[in-house]
Amino acid sequence: MVSLQLTKVDSLRAKRIWALCPGRLKSRPNPPEKKACSRLRGGRVPPLPERKEQAKRCCILTTPQTHQEEETIGDVIVARDLLKQFEDLVAVDRITFQVREGEVFGFLGPNGAGKTTTMKMIQCISPKTGGTLEVLGMDVETHQREIKSRLGVVPQETNLDPDFSAYRNLLVYSRYFGIPQREAEKRAEELLAFMQLEEKRDVLIDKLSGGMKRRLIIARALINEPELLILDEPTIGLDPQARHLIWEKLRSLQAEGNTLVLTTHYLDEAERLCDRLVIMDHGKILVEGAPADLIREHAGNDVVEVERTEKVVTRLDELGVNYDLAGDVLQIFTDRPNDVARELLEVCRHEAAVTVRPATLEDVFLRLTGRSLRE
Amino acid sequence: MIDITARVQSVWRRNWDAFLRTYRVNFIPPFIEPVLYLLALGFGLGTYIEAVDGIPYPVFIAPALVSISVMYSAFFECTYSSFVRMYYQKTFDAIIATPVSIDEVIAGEMLWGATRGMIYATLMLPVLLLFGVVAMPSSLLLIPFAYLAGLLFAGIAMCFTAITPSIDALNYPSFLFITPMFLFSGTFFPLDLLPQPIQYFALAALPLTHVVGINRAITLSAFTSVNLFSLAWIAVATVFFFVLAIRLMRRRLIV
Repeated sequence: MVSLQLTKVDSLRAKRIWALCPGRLKSRPNPPEKKACSRLRGGRVPPLPERKEQAKRCCILTTPQTHQEEETIGDVIVARDLLKQFEDLVAVDRITFQVREGEVFGFLGPNGAGKTTTMKMIQCISPKTGGTLEVLGMDVETHQREIKSRLGVVPQETNLDPDFSAYRNLLVYSRYFGIPQREAEKRAEELLAFMQLEEKRDVLIDKLSGGMKRRLIIARALINEPELLILDEPTIGLDPQARHLIWEKLRSLQAEGNTLVLTTHYLDEAERLCDRLVIMDHGKILVEGAPADLIREHAGNDVVEVERTEKVVTRLDELGVNYDLAGDVLQIFTDRPNDVARELLEVCRHEAAVTVRPATLEDVFLRLTGRSLRE
Repeated sequence: MIDITARVQSVWRRNWDAFLRTYRVNFIPPFIEPVLYLLALGFGLGTYIEAVDGIPYPVFIAPALVSISVMYSAFFECTYSSFVRMYYQKTFDAIIATPVSIDEVIAGEMLWGATRGMIYATLMLPVLLLFGVVAMPSSLLLIPFAYLAGLLFAGIAMCFTAITPSIDALNYPSFLFITPMFLFSGTFFPLDLLPQPIQYFALAALPLTHVVGINRAITLSAFTSVNLFSLAWIAVATVFFFVLAIRLMRRRLIV
């Protein structure tokens, strides 16, 4: 009797999942176990005839794909030597990356690294200077409207319409996609519920808190049931409660099989949410990979931190151990943290604190992009 | 090439919805303005003026009041209001993230500016009828013509909005272009009182001159061949500024 307890939202999710299915089956003949489970959990399983219908559509969709290169099949975004040049600045410097279907892909980097510019080129609102960029299998130069109609965008700046209430914002936005009014009203109600904003339905935007505005922007980005969600700093300036709620919603969107691309300054956010990510600086991609792999590769398993004193520095130099300088603290990235810590405690007993902690993405980020301020 | 499809109406509709939400305050000016002007200028100052070219003074200025109202409503809608939507509210950015193109956003704004001019002309008409200063049924033509005139002023306004560095700089066209037009376009005194060169200048460069000329012919129900020239002038200028505004806005917003 599980199905009886499904809410409106669940059925909305279920629909979105099945709307996405043809594409996913096309790209992944054997979807990972995790996704298959979440799809079932997400909502009702369509009756058999409907599934057959899906299968048929799959076939139709697969045929024209065959001539494409093997590696690009199933990639939602394919960028090759992507270049964006402004008059006096190269904002994005010939980067190459692929975003796979169903994953959460992150862009990290200091201010001015080129993240937002890259997002804008993907959204077809900023023309590229060079290279190639395909989104959902279409060229961004020739298929802007088609791409935009299948994209959900959460911009960095809150650009909700202050002339309208939360609910009217969703309705007005739905008209830009040409969604019929009856359908739009239904989706708007469901999305307000999904983002826990029902109580604010008729409240003007100015009266909403920062967290509510961000949630409403995410709801707005979902109004056209997008296949790809682009989020530019989704939790910027929010308190921990609001951030956790948004993370939870983004994770449930991913569990339904949506592809998410996000930029963020918050490294814990990236570590939590992203399947894969790139770290950018000065318009170039420095590294690419899964957060855990990047940490292992560029920072090791653990970090020993110790106050910077003469004795410690001398001892470390004697031992020939590499260390990084972070203000008044020395950081030693190591796979044998206990040995290092024991050694250091002996050297500077009672004089300096020694801490051992697991390495994080923040360590990788700071090692790769340096500690100097950008703005 | 200008890329405009039926989606332009979703932009227009957004502004219409916002207008209706605050309809009370929006509906005041078209009722109050003609009453104030007619009382103060038409029947106050007008008592010292027997007639202009054989026309009673309130009847002479009535079409000018409609023309001015259309000019102001369309011009200010597509300067200050559009600038606020573009720059402060980021509404344009929000819309171009959808399948609506930048051309459609700008076109929708201008069509809305024209609509606003038409709404004002429509609301003024019963007031002018009440004062008995406009002829019927020819004066019904004020309404469709207000749309065309509104589109002209909306286009001119949008060009300024596209190149203005800040909202304050919009005061320049308002004071140096709109205000002189308000006074020297055959509005409150006939154009032929001005020196010949200035008359030619007004006909060549002040769009309101042509709008007032046509509106006056409509309210007096007395059309001449000059009106045809004015209509052609307005049609050409409207197309020109409509296209120019879109091109300038593209240059500003697509980076």
